[in-house]
Amino acid sequence: MEASYGATIMNSPPADTILKVEDLAVHFPLGGGLFGGRRRYLHAVDGVDLELKQGECLGLVGESGCGKSTLALTILGLQEPTRGRIILDGQEVAGKGMDRKARARIAQMVFQDPYSSLNPRQTVRTTLEAPLRLHGITAPSEIEGRIAEMLGRVGLRPDHAERYPHEFSGGQRQRIGIARALILEPKIVILDEPVSALDVSIRAQIINLLLELKETLGLSYIMISHDLGVVEHMSDRVAVMYLGRIVETGGWESIFTKPRHPYTRALISAIPDPFERSRGDKIMGEIPNPLDVPSGCGFNPRCPEARDICRIPPVPDLEEIGEVHFVRCRRAREIAAGDAAPASTG
Amino acid sequence: MKFRANLVIGGVLFASVVIAGIFAPWLAHTDPVMDANLMYAEEAPGGEFWFGTDAQGRDIYSRVLHGARISLTVGIVSQLINTVIGVCLGLSAGYWGGWWDDCVNGLTNMMLAIPSLIFALAIMAILNPGLTSLLIALGLTNWSFTCRLARASALSLKSQGYVQAAKVLGYGDIRIMLTQLLPNMLGPIIVIGTLGMGGAVLAEAALSFLGLGIRPPYPSWGSMLSDARDQITTAPWISIFPGLAIFVTVLGLNLLGDGLRDILDPQARTRRA
Amino acid sequence: MNGQPLLEVENLRIDLAAGDTRFAAVQDVSFTINRGETMGLVGESGCGKSITALALIGLLRHPLMIGGGTIRFDGREIQKLPASEMRGLRGNRIAMIFQEPMTALNPLSPVGRQIAEMFVLHKGASWREAENLAVEALASVRVPAPERRVKDYPHQLSGGMRQRVMIAIALACGPDLLLADEPTTALDVTVQAEILDLIRELSAAKGTAVLMISHDLGLIANMCRRVGVMYAGKLVEERAAEDVFRSPSHPYTGGLVASLPLLGARARHGRQRLREISGVVPPVSAFPKGCRFNPRCHASTDRCRAEDPVVTALPDGGFVRCHYHE
Repeated sequence: MEASYGATIMNSPPADTILKVEDLAVHFPLGGGLFGGRRRYLHAVDGVDLELKQGECLGLVGESGCGKSTLALTILGLQEPTRGRIILDGQEVAGKGMDRKARARIAQMVFQDPYSSLNPRQTVRTTLEAPLRLHGITAPSEIEGRIAEMLGRVGLRPDHAERYPHEFSGGQRQRIGIARALILEPKIVILDEPVSALDVSIRAQIINLLLELKETLGLSYIMISHDLGVVEHMSDRVAVMYLGRIVETGGWESIFTKPRHPYTRALISAIPDPFERSRGDKIMGEIPNPLDVPSGCGFNPRCPEARDICRIPPVPDLEEIGEVHFVRCRRAREIAAGDAAPASTG
Repeated sequence: MKFRANLVIGGVLFASVVIAGIFAPWLAHTDPVMDANLMYAEEAPGGEFWFGTDAQGRDIYSRVLHGARISLTVGIVSQLINTVIGVCLGLSAGYWGGWWDDCVNGLTNMMLAIPSLIFALAIMAILNPGLTSLLIALGLTNWSFTCRLARASALSLKSQGYVQAAKVLGYGDIRIMLTQLLPNMLGPIIVIGTLGMGGAVLAEAALSFLGLGIRPPYPSWGSMLSDARDQITTAPWISIFPGLAIFVTVLGLNLLGDGLRDILDPQARTRRA
Repeated sequence: MNGQPLLEVENLRIDLAAGDTRFAAVQDVSFTINRGETMGLVGESGCGKSITALALIGLLRHPLMIGGGTIRFDGREIQKLPASEMRGLRGNRIAMIFQEPMTALNPLSPVGRQIAEMFVLHKGASWREAENLAVEALASVRVPAPERRVKDYPHQLSGGMRQRVMIAIALACGPDLLLADEPTTALDVTVQAEILDLIRELSAAKGTAVLMISHDLGLIANMCRRVGVMYAGKLVEERAAEDVFRSPSHPYTGGLVASLPLLGARARHGRQRLREISGVVPPVSAFPKGCRFNPRCHASTDRCRAEDPVVTALPDGGFVRCHYHE
């Protein structure tokens, strides 16, 4: 069914779990506290369970402020979790339990903005060499070999190593950013909007490169993106976040062809269709203030399918409604039944 | 490259003062301290004594040259101490934040509230007058601007992607500060340092003028001015030439600082076509 | 009067002065917009689409300047108008909204006042009348509780709300032409959809023509009847929106369409390797000789490298600038 390298994914051996996140929460204290007043907390991430398998690309989608970036930073150890467990490559990482260097050899990150993510005063060589030295690789021949190999992998020439970031275009800078993330041979790479800051005609180059690297190096990706076209193209599984929680997760095909959560449906229908000038479902209004979350399902004030049952606390559970397809919606089955009657459209 | 008048003029002025200081023993006509000769007291500038002589008959030209050594030593060394203190405190405060930032901020505000010259005076009054005490007094009292600047730069730079990337790569905090933040904030720090050097030269002159800096008979421009107070109407050259030397040095440093600001300003450099 | 297009741009050239040399950042750009029509301009950063819009509203500033051609708005050549007359047109008959509303709004003034200002400035309303009109204007862009919102400052509003305020300001005087430069790029997709709907509905209701500028080909095709594709300062193709996607004529447009991972494509056809456009967008100072797309074009010939192609009319009413259009 799937063409080209899609097929190899299907034939790859049963995958092991490379990352497991259990009941992860990150709460930020906000003002107050000093003069009496109860300290308030922003629940940026609120009880997230995730699993990433070897060689898999997990797409993480949601509007800004839904907690997807905080989740990524917490996995990388740049943010302290309030509670929950992170198991990276079989090792428990509880807060500062695993040191920065050990974590660095397992998980790396590619940043959104190729302009601010490279140190303007370091050559490409320094950018790639310093991490190697830090992690105990000091033999000049080995450093040389690994830098040359990495530059080749990301499509840069060996002589590019001596240049400074400002001598490169946006796409080339992103290649350097990818090389930096891969130089320590990590197993997991978190891609934070890897193409959205690039020129449209350059995006395909980077997307193809990322998919190739994933195949040849056996990498696992967590990709944060708001561009659902890119997410559909690259992901094996997708998790949709809303107000710090995962509201729907499943294989890419079920998420994009049989979305069950009204929020996922709204996200998909919000993408302007080039062939159609009218649109389907609309979300009414904007994301609620995360300090004043609606009771029951957090999405109910914007949901076209909301009924009284949706406003009753507690927050609905993440329920399995299909093969590895989970939805946090009390009406998911009714909505699915409604879909089955008329022909479903993509 | 555009011709930058302030950079060139400032550079030439400052360089000539530096050269004068370095080569003072060879350029000077007499020993600035020992060669007093009351026979030639208060001679007007002329063929033998280019800048005239003072009340003890010492050659002012030679004393001004040797004074450059002291002024420059004080200016450069004390400003270096200031810069190191300011950068260490400001950079770490901006990067780490939290209680350490509060402490550094409090200290900086206190330093800014006390006039630095008065503070230096107090330190000099405790220590004995002399070159070392002068370096300590001026080196400990003028770091607050550098500190503020370093803190502000660290605050804005630490959210840059490359700093995050360095953390993800396993860099320690100190290493991140030294390799990622410091090189990117150096431009403005150099500018402030240069301007501060002019301030330190002036402060040295003021302290020595008040008798709390370099003690006579050693030739510091400030102490020379102090000595010349009584003869300002009868023998104006005794005060004019050391005064002129201070003027040229400070002007040179300020022009140089402005010129450096023009070329090191990140906004002028980040032109993307 | 009625048969005449609202806006006619002919052979517009915009120069970029760099020292003693001048580069043509935009060249040979011609298009027309009729009353009430929505036209789109797509292109990547540096293709000249935004400065074209700035030229239309008379906001080009040194080192950019109009280097030739004519811009006829409602029959008058506006590139020659004195600054005072241009100010009268701007905001009143030609309005503009920008990508980042936070930088386009005055942070020190309540949003209601900023809307009211337009009525005072262009319609001679008193402040009291204008403030009432401002509440109505906010209600028309579907800001909830507009009576209270008029007193808010820009930083108190979300990005989507700020863009609504920008639209309210832009449409306050019922302009004939609205220039929308990447109006939703900084917003979430759900908010983007609402803002696009708003622009669509209000412009239709008021008969305002819209020039929509974006890098997002899908969005432009969805919003606009006609689409102009810009590359390296030139309009390389102008077509009806549907045709741009279905049968792109210029190799650049074709490359862009093929390089985009379109929603639903994988479900329909499986995962195909995306077709890449090699190379990078050239900077203004180094536009190539001949066809400006030739170094990146998969089908370029010696002719493309030597000869600058002229526009060829297509049977469906559009045009393309390519020696070998498909």
